[in-house]
Order: sequence, then structure tokens, then C-alpha cells
Amino acid sequence: MAKEAKPKPQDPDAALVARLKRGDESAFMELVERYHASMVRVARTFVASDAVAQEVAQEAWLGVLTGIDRFEGRSSLKTWIFRILVNRARTRGAREARSVPFTSLEREEGETVDPERFLSDGAWGSPPRPWEGQPEERLLASETRDVIRRAIDALPLAQRRVIDLRDVEGLSSDEVVELLDLTEVNQRVLLHRARAKVRQALEDYLGGAR
Amino acid sequence: MIRRRGPLTCIELVELVTDYFEGALSRRDRRRFKRHIAGCDGCTAYVEQMRVTMRLLGHLREDSLPPVARDALLHAFRDWKAATG
Ligand SMILES: [Zn+2]
Repeated sequence: MAKEAKPKPQDPDAALVARLKRGDESAFMELVERYHASMVRVARTFVASDAVAQEVAQEAWLGVLTGIDRFEGRSSLKTWIFRILVNRARTRGAREARSVPFTSLEREEGETVDPERFLSDGAWGSPPRPWEGQPEERLLASETRDVIRRAIDALPLAQRRVIDLRDVEGLSSDEVVELLDLTEVNQRVLLHRARAKVRQALEDYLGGAR
Repeated sequence: MIRRRGPLTCIELVELVTDYFEGALSRRDRRRFKRHIAGCDGCTAYVEQMRVTMRLLGHLREDSLPPVARDALLHAFRDWKAATG
């Protein structure tokens, strides 16, 4: 549960909220540029097709427009927008009866690093080769982004939602727990599994174990 | 969950990295974690790679918006504005 008593840092979108309440088109489009692509991706984990995910995200924007007058800043604008999105996506997914029940997590057990890489005493046999020598341009290159994106797309849905909202969008743990109806422990497990798989994909791409 | 006594092993440590970053380890496990990485190059590299992974994930959101979606939303906004006055 989000702890309401915790003081909230100033919402970086506060100025945009004011402009949006005045019906400012450029404020709306700025938000669209910033969040729409992520919203479609998150929606896609609830519904059956890219086209429906687009529709859901567009509906969510209408929800933002019609609801902005009632937005009081108790959460950040970003969290509020994603809440509208998740609610719509969840409803739509349930109607399509395709998505997994919302609270059921893909149960995945076991190690996030191939146990073959460790010796019998639990120490590394085949440790990761440090990335310090990797030039920043390579890490940020579009090919590397594609590797990361593909790794995310291959994740179980619940892991995908969490890593998208936490690490890609930068929402806080409290926010994501509330948004997705997770316990803190579940959220951390999903996040860890997701990060570990993305790391592995990067390792495979950048250069394997030594 | 790892609740054994004594020093952490590498295979245990790699499962605790997110708990470590999230401040979710007990004080005792946090100490064991730090003590282990202080003396282990493999785990130091692993933890650092998880950090780099998180940093690179944070760059993904610069993905651009398809013009079709942009136009649709611009029209939706103008319709909404026309309807609400
Ligand atoms: Zn180690």
C-alpha cells in the first residue's frame, strides 16, 4: 500500500497540470509525447493485440482530459495517468477474457542466473566479464536498445509490467505496488527476475562469461 | 530467501541484488552482502551490471511516438475542446 503520510516531492509535471486544466493543447501534446508509447506497451500486457493496446491508451487520454479538473495532485500526474490506463486496460483485458487474472502472477521458481556458472561451493565458476571497457556509445546504441527491448518483450506479462513502470518509466516502488495491486515482496521478486533476464540478454550481446 | 548463517555465497548473492538496491535486506543481510562484494570480483561485476542494466532501461523511454497516434490524439483533443467549450 502507498503510504499517504510520506511527504511527496514536488511533481515535475505541476506546471503542465495547470496548463492542461486551462485547455492548453501544447501541454496535452507534451504529455502525449512523453507517456503515450509507454502506455501502449503497458496496455499491451493486458490485452490481446497492439491495435487494442493503442485504442486503450487513446481512451485513457480521453479519461485524462475529462478527469483533469478533478485531479488534485495527491499522486503525481504520471501515476494518475498510468492508473487510468491500467484500469481501462484491465477492464478491456477482462472483457476479452484473454489476459491472466489480474492478481495471478506467473509462478516462476528457481535461479535467475544459470546454476552451471557456479562451482559446487556456490562461488562463480564462470563470472560475468565487467562492462567497464564498453564504450558508452555502444551501451546507448540503438542496437543495444533493441536487445533490451526484445528481452523485455520476452518476459512474462507481470514482470514486463513491473519493469516497464519501475525502470523504464521511473515510477516508485510504492506507486507500482498500488497501481498493479501487488505486495511489496511480489513486486521485488518480479522486478528482480525481469532485471536479471535483461542483464543476461545484455551480457550475451556485449560479450559472454570469461 | 537465504537465511543460512555464515558468509553469503555468490549463487545466493545474485538473488539478493534487487532487495539490496531496494533497501529491503535486514541489517544483518545487508552487512553480509557488502562484506561479500568487497572481496569478490565476480559479484562486484554482477552488481555493477545490474546497475548498468537499470540505467539503460531508463533510457528506453525516449522511444518516439508514431505520427499516426500523434495525429489521432491531437484530433481527440480538439474534439474534446470543441465539445466542452
Ligand atoms: Zn561472489
